[in-house]
Amino acid sequence: MLKDITLGQYFPGDTVIHSLDPRTKLIMTVVYIVVLFIAGSWVSYGLVAAFLVLCVALSKIRLKTILSGLKPLILIMVLTGILNLFYQKGERLLVDWWIFHIYLEGIVKAFFMITRILLLITGTLLLTYTTAPIRLTDGLESLMNPLKKLRVPVHELAMMMSIALRFIPTLIEETDKIMSAQKARGADFDSGGLMRKAKSLLPLLIPLFVGAFRRADELAVAMESRCYHGGQGRTRMKQLVMSARDWTALSAGALLTAAVITLDAFGL
Amino acid sequence: MSIIIKTEHLSHSYDINSKDEPAVRDISLEIEEGSFVAILGHNGSGKSTLAKHFNAILLPTGGKAYVLGMDTSDESLTIEIRKTVGMVFQNPDNQIVANVVEDDVAFGPENIGIPSGEIRQRVDEALKSVGMYKYREHAPHLLSGGQKQRVAIAGLIAMRPRCLVLDEPTAMLDPIGRSEVIDTIKKLNREQGITVILITHHMGETIDADRLIVMSDGGVLIDGKPKEVFAQAERIESVGLTVPDTTKLLNALNRHGFGLPLDALSVEDCAEAIYRAVKKETN
Repeated sequence: MLKDITLGQYFPGDTVIHSLDPRTKLIMTVVYIVVLFIAGSWVSYGLVAAFLVLCVALSKIRLKTILSGLKPLILIMVLTGILNLFYQKGERLLVDWWIFHIYLEGIVKAFFMITRILLLITGTLLLTYTTAPIRLTDGLESLMNPLKKLRVPVHELAMMMSIALRFIPTLIEETDKIMSAQKARGADFDSGGLMRKAKSLLPLLIPLFVGAFRRADELAVAMESRCYHGGQGRTRMKQLVMSARDWTALSAGALLTAAVITLDAFGL
Repeated sequence: MSIIIKTEHLSHSYDINSKDEPAVRDISLEIEEGSFVAILGHNGSGKSTLAKHFNAILLPTGGKAYVLGMDTSDESLTIEIRKTVGMVFQNPDNQIVANVVEDDVAFGPENIGIPSGEIRQRVDEALKSVGMYKYREHAPHLLSGGQKQRVAIAGLIAMRPRCLVLDEPTAMLDPIGRSEVIDTIKKLNREQGITVILITHHMGETIDADRLIVMSDGGVLIDGKPKEVFAQAERIESVGLTVPDTTKLLNALNRHGFGLPLDALSVEDCAEAIYRAVKKETN
């Protein structure tokens, strides 16, 4: 049960979107977010939305999956909508009751903001849905490479990330085991108030942490005996290669940006 | 035969200031290249401590350790030493670094700067040699213990070491996993001529070794061919180790006047010896 949890909710596939270089997808996601914030009109929004729909269609991620990914954020969207609804002043007053004044502009603004959040989250979900976490780490390391000149420990950070990802299932398994062992000795994890529940987690967390430190120690020795000595002089088996496909995607991103800026300039 | 590992009066204390006995003391051995050596000992006999000196994870606090003539305490040689001697540890989970089997096998070659095309080739070869090639794209946490341990071995093989040190590689495995791992290392020793040093407390795993070293209290108790060592059943049992059932049976029969040879270790050899002795009696 606990074993099935994966971080970042990756859905394997072999579509165009899946096979893009992780660097392309990271850059595209950033470009997409920036464009989304530049876009100030419904026309440019329509363009961005069309682009997103195209990407989702290409990735063959089911609509249901995306909707379930959006579910936890409904509250934020509703709140943003309500705030914008009441705070936007305008000319055409629609409702004027007690302290509530709703203008037509407010309704428009609320829709606008909700759409923005919707597009923002869906776009980033698409990144994590179509890219394996380890590929994302590789991509990040490669993109941040120039920062090495500023003595940012890029390789070490990426190594930490990938080890963390590697050990999540192992630690989940261990948590499962410890939980069963404690339950077998009468521990109760489910009942009681918040405080009691938090307290009952203590006998679970302590062995888990001790175990994690022991593992870290053993892993470090194992890595050293396999000649690990930092990023220096290290090669990679799987090198990230930008293909024609990636350049096409990036060009599409550039065109989208140009189009949105142009539309904005003409006030559409 | 050339000597791959050599220790001279090697001692090691984890805490130099304490008055406790050192974990290993005054060990001088030579290990021949291409041989299969088993080191047997009880918990706390110093066998793991000794093994960790073979690829410079631990450095001697007294005496010297050499790998192909390279002094392990010379830090500039550490990488070279670790390329020559690879080490497999007890817990398979805690030595796998990557999320995908083949990426993990590639970790060692990547560290020593092998060009990427050659890594690919080495990884495929290494995975084939431990029989894990078809699992190359699997996630390691979904494999069985024996399979994980074989992946760990492949990760070392891909670095083309001349010696493998295995520190209780089967201690956490079920019987099936145990025989998978032991068969794999025997095959590597036989077919690729890789020197194998197997640290264990399972007597049964040592039967096919060329040489068996029994350790006790940080020192070498007996050192010889497995058959010679098992013949000294009482000495082995005196340090808390159990001898194989076959040896026990032969010893017990001898106490009742049978003159059986004590070097019949496998079940077949043992049955054969008893059969011959009984036949002689009845004739």
